[in-house]
Amino acid sequence: MTAASAPTGDNTLLREALPERKIGRVERFLGPENYRIVTGLLKTPASIIGFVLIGFFILVAVFAPVIAPPVGNDPYKIPRDGFSGEPKPMGSEWKRNKPEIPFWYKAVTGKEEWVHILGTAQGQYDIFYGMVWGTRTAFRTGFIVVISTFLIGIIVGSISAYYGGIVDNIIMRIVDIFMTLPFILMALIMAAVLTPVIGKSLIPSIIALISFGWMGYARIIRGDILSVKERDFVLAARVVGVRPSRILFRHVLPNAIFPTLVLASLAIGDVVLSFAALSFLGIGTQVGYADWGQILSFSRNWITSLQNYWYIVVWPGLILVLFVMGWNLVGDAMRDVLDPRMRGKS
Amino acid sequence: MATYIIRRLLLVPILLFGVTLIIFGMLQFLGPVERSALYVRDFPKNDKQIQGIIRKYGLDRPVYEQYWRWLVGVKDPGSGNREGGVLYGDFGYSRTASQPVIDIIKNRFPNTLDLALWAVFPMLAVGIWLGVQAAVHQNGWIDQAARVFSIIGTSFPTFVFGLLVLIIFYANWQWFPPGKMSDWVSQLIFSGQFTQYTKLLTIDALLNGRLDVFLDAMRHMFLPILTLSYINWATFVRVTRSSMLETLRMDYVTTARAKGLKEKDVINKHARPNAMISITTLAGFSVVGLLGGVVITETVFNYPGIGQAAANAASNLDVVTVLGFAVFNGLILIVANLIVDVLYGFIDPRVRLS
Repeated sequence: MTAASAPTGDNTLLREALPERKIGRVERFLGPENYRIVTGLLKTPASIIGFVLIGFFILVAVFAPVIAPPVGNDPYKIPRDGFSGEPKPMGSEWKRNKPEIPFWYKAVTGKEEWVHILGTAQGQYDIFYGMVWGTRTAFRTGFIVVISTFLIGIIVGSISAYYGGIVDNIIMRIVDIFMTLPFILMALIMAAVLTPVIGKSLIPSIIALISFGWMGYARIIRGDILSVKERDFVLAARVVGVRPSRILFRHVLPNAIFPTLVLASLAIGDVVLSFAALSFLGIGTQVGYADWGQILSFSRNWITSLQNYWYIVVWPGLILVLFVMGWNLVGDAMRDVLDPRMRGKS
Repeated sequence: MATYIIRRLLLVPILLFGVTLIIFGMLQFLGPVERSALYVRDFPKNDKQIQGIIRKYGLDRPVYEQYWRWLVGVKDPGSGNREGGVLYGDFGYSRTASQPVIDIIKNRFPNTLDLALWAVFPMLAVGIWLGVQAAVHQNGWIDQAARVFSIIGTSFPTFVFGLLVLIIFYANWQWFPPGKMSDWVSQLIFSGQFTQYTKLLTIDALLNGRLDVFLDAMRHMFLPILTLSYINWATFVRVTRSSMLETLRMDYVTTARAKGLKEKDVINKHARPNAMISITTLAGFSVVGLLGGVVITETVFNYPGIGQAAANAASNLDVVTVLGFAVFNGLILIVANLIVDVLYGFIDPRVRLS
C-alpha cells in the first residue's frame, strides 16, 4: 500500500473560500461557545444601555462616601433633620445632622450649605442620602443572595444530574414542591418567622430570599450537566479510569456552568426588587436604614396627599426602576444569545 | 387520558406532603407560647397555664407526632370536639386580628376572587394580542415597541407602579380611589337592602340590579386591575411572541401558505391556535397566582383581600396567621395546578401520550 501523499499545488482558491478566522486570546481562554455568549452580549444597543446603567450604579456605590459624606459612626443610618412626621419638600433647609460639604456640592447646586436636595421622607430622613447609601445596600443584598442561591443550585443540580435515577427523581420533586409555593408570600413568612429570632436587620430577608430562590439554578445546571455528560471527552475520561467525583468537578461542571453563572449574575436586579418589596411590606431593616424599599414604604402613610408629597415616591422609585432595568436589559440580550435556536448564528 | 389523569392525581399527596412539611418546618422557629395560637385564642397568662397548654396539645412531643396533630387536630377529651387541624380548615387564631384565621379568609376571599375575575380579561386579551402582533411583524416597529414595553414592565416593581398611578389618578385627579367601596355603598350593604347572593360585590350589584353600585366597585378596582395587568403583560407578550415565532416556522404553516391561503387565515386559523397551547399553562398559573391573593397590589391599594391580610399579619410578626394563609394558598395552588395540567392534557394530545 502506498502512503497517500499530501495534496500539493496551489490552494489559494480554497483558502479564499474558507478564510481562516483569527482566534484571539480571550476566545481561546473562554472557549468558542462562551466567547459567542460574551460577544453577543456586547453587540445589541439595549444591553449596552444596560451595562452603562449598571456601571453608573457601581460608581455611585463605590463613591458613596464622597457623594454623601456619612454623619456619625454608621454610614448606613440616614441622618435625621428633626423628628417631625410631615415630609419636607425638595430644596428645603437642612438644619440638624448635616454631612460635610463634598467638593462637588457647590459646583453642582450653587449653594453654600446643605439642603435636602430631594426632600425628606416621613421622620425627616434625607431622601438623597438614603438613595446614595441604599445603592450599597442593594449591591450587598443582591450579591449575597445571588451567590448563595447559585451555590445551592449548583450543588443540588449537580447531585441530581450526576447520580440520576431515584436521587434525581426525589430532588426534582422537592424542586417542584418549592416551585409550587408562592414566592413572595413564602419569603414574607420566612422573614417574619426569622425577625424575632435574629432581630430587625437585613439578614432575615436575605435568608428568606435565599430559601425560596435557588430552584431555578438547580434546574438549569441539571439540564446542562445532562447534556455535557454525553460528550465524548467525558466518555474518554471514564475509559481512562478517572474517579466519578473528579469527572464531575474537573470535566463536566466547568463545561456546563457558564450559562448558569451569567444568568445568576444578572438576577441581581430581580433579587433587589424582591428585597425592596419585602421592605415595602414592612419586613426588613430597622427604621432609618439606607434601603430603597424602606424609603418607599414611608409613602404608604401619605396616600391621600401624594399630589403634594410626590417626591417621596418618584425619586426612590425611579432609582429602583433604573437599577432593575439595567440588569434586565442585559438579561434580555442574554436570553437571546442563550436560546438554542440562535446557536450557530454569530 | 385516564392514565395521565391518574398519574397527575398520584402527585397530589406528594405535593401536599411537601408543602405542609415546609410550612410546618417554619412553625418550628416559634416558641410554644406563639404556637399555642394554633389551638387557643388568648395568650397564656402564667407559667402554669403554659405548661397546661403544652401538655394538652402535645407541644413537647416528637416532631412527627406534632406534625400529625397539626394536620388533623386534637380531640378534646372532655367535650369530644376537634381542636386545630389545618386539613379541616382550622388554621388557629389570629391574635393581632382577634378572630380565627379561617374567618378572615372567609370574609376576604370573595374580595380577592372579585378582583381576580376582572383582572383576568385585560391581562390575557391584551398580553396575547400584543405578543401575536409582535411575532407576526417580527423586528417591525410593533415588535420593538412590545419589547420596550415588556422590559419596562418587568423592571417596574409592582408597588412603585401602583404608587405612581395613585399619584396620577387619585391624588391629582381624584378619579379612582383606593379601597373597595365608597361609604354610601357600605351603608347600603349594612342597611340590609342589598342582598349578598355571592359576596362578590360586582356580581351582587348586577344581581340586585344596582348599576351604580357596580360602577362604584369598578371605580375602586380599576387601578389594581391596571397594575396587575401591566405587571403580567410583560411575561405574556414575551412568551406569546416566542411561542408564535416557533409555530410560524413549522412545516404546516409553510404548507398552508403554499396552498395559497390568505395570510390572515394562516395566522388566525393555523398558527395561533397551536401557539396558544404553550400559553395555556402560563395563563393557568397566572390566574392561580391571582387567586392566592396578590400581596403587594392589595396592600398598595388598600384592597381588603387575603393578600393584604397576609401582609398585615406578617408586618405585625403574627406568624401563625401568615402560615395559615400559606396553607390555604398551598391547597388552592395544588388543586388549581391539577386542573390546569388536566386541561392541558385535553388541549394538547402530545402531553397525554408522552
